[in-house]
Amino acid sequence: MTATTATAPGKDQPGEDPPAAEPRTPDDPFDRDVLPTPPGATAALLRSLLAPMKARVAVTTLLLLLQQAAVQAGPLLVAYAIDSAVPAFRHSDLGPLIAVGVGYLLCALASGALQYAFILLSARVNQDVLLDLRGRIFRHAQALSLDFHERYTSGRLISRSTTDVESLRELLDEGLQELVTVILSFVYISAMLLWLDLGLGAVAVASLVPLYLLVRRYRRRAARVYTVRSTAIAAVIVKFVETMNGIRPVRAFRREAANDADFRTLNTRHERTNGDALLEMAQYVVGSRLVANTAVAAIVLWGAYRVAGGTLALGVLAAAVLFLRRLYDPIDRLGMFLNSYQSAAASLEKIAGLLAQTPTVPEPATPGQLPARASEHPGREVVFDGVRFGYRTGGEVLPRFDLTMPAGQTVAVVGSTGAGKSTLAKLLARFYDPSDGRVLLDGVDLRELAVPELRRGVVMVTQEAFLFSGTVAENIAIGRPDATREEIEQAAKAIGAHDFISSLPDGYDTDVRKRGGRISAGQRQLVAFARALLADPAVLILDEATSSLDVPGERAVQHAMSTVLHGRTAVVIAHRLSTVEIADRVLVMEDGKIVEDGTPAELVAGTGRFADLHRAWRDSLA
Amino acid sequence: MVTTRATAEESPDRTDRTGRSAVRTLLRLWPYVRPVRVRLFTAAAVAIVASCLALVIPLVLKWMVDGPVADRDPAGVWLGALYLLLLGFGEALLFGLRRWLVARPLAGVEASMRADLYRHLQRLPVAFHDRWPSGQLLSRGTTDLMLLRMFLAFPLTFLLVNSVTILVGVIIMLLQDWTLGLVILIPAVPVMVTCVVFEKRYASVARRAQDQVGDLTTVVEESVLGIRIIKGFGRHRSQARAFRELSRTLRGTELRKARLLATIWGVIVTLPELATGAALVLGTVQVADGELSAGTLVAFLSTALALRWPVDSIGFLLAMSQEAATATERYFEVMDESPETDETPERDAPQRGAGNCATSPHKPAPHNDGIRFHNVRFRYPDAPEDSPPTLDNINLHIRPGESMALVGATGSGKTTLTALVPRLHEVTSGRITLDGHDISALPRTSLRALVAVAFEEPTLFSASVADNVLMGAGDGAGEPDLERALAVAQAGFAHTLPHGTATQVGEQGLSLSGGQRQRLALARAVVGRPRFLVLDDPLSALDVHTEAAVEAALRDVLAETTALIVAHRPSTVLLADRVALLSEGRIAAVGTHHELLRANAEYAHLMAGTEEADR
Repeated sequence: MTATTATAPGKDQPGEDPPAAEPRTPDDPFDRDVLPTPPGATAALLRSLLAPMKARVAVTTLLLLLQQAAVQAGPLLVAYAIDSAVPAFRHSDLGPLIAVGVGYLLCALASGALQYAFILLSARVNQDVLLDLRGRIFRHAQALSLDFHERYTSGRLISRSTTDVESLRELLDEGLQELVTVILSFVYISAMLLWLDLGLGAVAVASLVPLYLLVRRYRRRAARVYTVRSTAIAAVIVKFVETMNGIRPVRAFRREAANDADFRTLNTRHERTNGDALLEMAQYVVGSRLVANTAVAAIVLWGAYRVAGGTLALGVLAAAVLFLRRLYDPIDRLGMFLNSYQSAAASLEKIAGLLAQTPTVPEPATPGQLPARASEHPGREVVFDGVRFGYRTGGEVLPRFDLTMPAGQTVAVVGSTGAGKSTLAKLLARFYDPSDGRVLLDGVDLRELAVPELRRGVVMVTQEAFLFSGTVAENIAIGRPDATREEIEQAAKAIGAHDFISSLPDGYDTDVRKRGGRISAGQRQLVAFARALLADPAVLILDEATSSLDVPGERAVQHAMSTVLHGRTAVVIAHRLSTVEIADRVLVMEDGKIVEDGTPAELVAGTGRFADLHRAWRDSLA
Repeated sequence: MVTTRATAEESPDRTDRTGRSAVRTLLRLWPYVRPVRVRLFTAAAVAIVASCLALVIPLVLKWMVDGPVADRDPAGVWLGALYLLLLGFGEALLFGLRRWLVARPLAGVEASMRADLYRHLQRLPVAFHDRWPSGQLLSRGTTDLMLLRMFLAFPLTFLLVNSVTILVGVIIMLLQDWTLGLVILIPAVPVMVTCVVFEKRYASVARRAQDQVGDLTTVVEESVLGIRIIKGFGRHRSQARAFRELSRTLRGTELRKARLLATIWGVIVTLPELATGAALVLGTVQVADGELSAGTLVAFLSTALALRWPVDSIGFLLAMSQEAATATERYFEVMDESPETDETPERDAPQRGAGNCATSPHKPAPHNDGIRFHNVRFRYPDAPEDSPPTLDNINLHIRPGESMALVGATGSGKTTLTALVPRLHEVTSGRITLDGHDISALPRTSLRALVAVAFEEPTLFSASVADNVLMGAGDGAGEPDLERALAVAQAGFAHTLPHGTATQVGEQGLSLSGGQRQRLALARAVVGRPRFLVLDDPLSALDVHTEAAVEAALRDVLAETTALIVAHRPSTVLLADRVALLSEGRIAAVGTHHELLRANAEYAHLMAGTEEADR
């Protein structure tokens, strides 16, 4: 960007950081793409993925062994045909010739069938590994607590489970088979050559030394180029996605030309490293071919010399030449394998880093049960017992905190940004666990409740109302997947969302991502509300849940709330004090402490902060 | 779970795919290939020569076996080996030359196609972006383009090279012994047929797999973006189930792909090998009968072997070409969309201006006239024809220097109306004028330089806080402007970030809260002291204190600009001089807050939520 450097000097020096509003340090690993990976985690991940497939991997390898044996038998049969079958045939002995024919037939059929079986079986192994890995990443990402998600951007998480898995897939699909084939054919062919003729074989084996050195050199150089390239393409992708997702501001602030220039820089960098990578490959190909062809010439020279001298059979020379072609053919492919190995290794390391993150809000090993309800009302008692909360990176948000909300009470929490309101809500919803103390629901620690039990107890509606792809009805039904259409519509009606939903092209069946599915921020919040109503929890937390609603919308919600919340325990966090009117009790928070606590009437009548706030808010309505 | 419904068939990248042939589709790449055509053709020619050199090697072998070896002539052996060595060097260097020739040009083709795509996408109408998820666009910009580069590097060259090689090889074999040559040729037809059949079926399965990967990606994306809801309702198990089902389906498709692949490989491995076996038996008999020299048989078999790869590879080269055709199709699907024409209105402006006395874009503002909407009607381009327009018959005048609040029920079209002013969407009919200029006659860039917008959804880019704010101003803007804008938006928190206003934010940096992002977006809108300001519910995520402070500071800004402010709350409305009430896509009333509060029941209802108005 052009105008970037216009910041005051000294401000960007890490040493002078003022205490940040966010629990972050400049060297936070979350700011980088790679999470710290414990040593050996990548290898351990690979092992654990392959462990359940041991038997099948063994069978696959065996198939490949046999297949290679069948394929490599060809030149031997040629040697036998030239050296034995020809003379035998001249003496009218058809035996060796028939043996050659049948042998070749069997080898051809066997190699075809084995190839077929191998591809099927290895695909099965690969797909099962990928299924396992995809599932693990997905479940793990879902299990990780909210504080992780708040720090690790969604884009990175998404690319872990898409592009990174994809690069492992490429390695498994093409690379590994390639590698095993290459190794096997090297071993086989060297053995065959040695067996045919020790001298010729020795030359062939010796040629593997410079080849190995070439491969090693390429591997080192390619690793460097590929690391640079993957960083370059990642930068291109980020720029691309960011532009497309923010297309409105891009347009409105005429960023097109500046973006084109930025993108050109990134794209050119990628183009250059991409070219470097291709040239690196070209060098490797030339080098390996030179070694291979020189070895062929040397072997032919020596072999032919000896055939001429009568110390070597012609058939053996022919077989050796045929073998040599096969020996050096897969070298190019070895280069390709190294490429996919490089990128898969990098990806796997990133995945291992993600999987090494432990959920800070784990599910209980032996879940407890909520006691049966005391009354017919759905509400339950909430107790914060000596709760203290601070972020892992330091900074205490809630110093010691005690609070009891009797069952059925509606509590409004007000206070300025950063006062700890949302932390209170997240602790109650068990998005976080307290550093100290307990949060109790009818006397049971939230940490002892399994997720389904917990969510029958506590549900939270937040400000950001995300809609999943699918219909409006399905989005509401997330609150209770087994709900009937009547129940869904009832929830929508209760919250005042029915009218707008009915006016959509397909009503409740309108797909929110499709034609005519434009749903405004306020409407999304109404859907989120309906979802929460449908869930029918004992404790309902509303965190800024009405911020995008207009006044009548908010009114309708409040109207609904007074009936819906009746008997339920509710925590309402709102900037707008209108919400407070339905509360039985108001808490004013500041710096993680409750500074005022009373009924709305008491506080309004008083002289505290709430009375001030309320007066200011009344004025703003004028 | 909801997400399982993300069905493949309906996503936008599968719109009416005509049965155009793969070749015709691939020909569309020509404009990008043209600049590198010399190198590309040279490389292909080099590859053909190299491949043919490889075919000469068996002939040298034959010459050696039948000549010096049979004659026990060591000097001849040396000569033969020397020939082999030279040929080998030639082959190696030529193959290297081929790669060297195309490496940079092809990386260049990929890059220029990507740059074009990016440039084009940035200029496509916003309505297009509403329709297309960014993931679909990204996959075109990355995977598809890599496929195309690989296509140009391998299949395109080697389909040609291998065909020539096969032809030459077959001729060599036929010349040496035509019966053996014919035997070797027998499997060619069944192998080709299998390849063609396979290629078709494989392509369709592969496409299905691609689409299923897309669906899987959607679930992943949504489960990350909607993590709070999933956790809040304890739905991660059902989400995991949906994911598992989809990934199982994908596994099934991949295995079907593998079955097809296994079949083709089985055929490709077996048939030529059988033919080679038959040729060997036949050849042995002929050698024994003295009709054929041993050298010829060796040469023949090694030629057959040398032809193995060219024949085998045809299958996957065709498959890659098919994939490349699909990628080309996907690429041009987007490139064929017509962009917002930035230049045309500029060039057309004089004529248009001449035809309309109210507009004369070339003279500096003739008079301060503010913002006018004349009979504006708007319907989303993708909405059904028979649906009522989103906005209809909008007539509104915002006087110069005036601030107009736009109030309306949820879904009444407020945000849509604001999008029309900077021409993020085009009016369906009617006109909007700024200081008397018809905005459709103004070049978009100048229009957008006049109008600054703060969106309901505050988006920050991966750049420093300072950059994010200053992108709202011209090039000359600096520290004082930044400070002033941050002060107006009460975004002083920016100074307490780890690196102050140089702190990186956005996807690649620090994540900020909704309220913080909203304040930075507001700062961005006001930093350039725009002549016209459009604010879409700019204070929704702020707490009461901050909101009051922002309002106080905004008053000064609004005093010197003409503004349209979408408002939900009386406090925001009070920033404005007058209020327009939008009701079901029409302007129902205009007046001051107090006038409307008294005279208009709907407005009173919207602002005070009075129960009388409700029933």
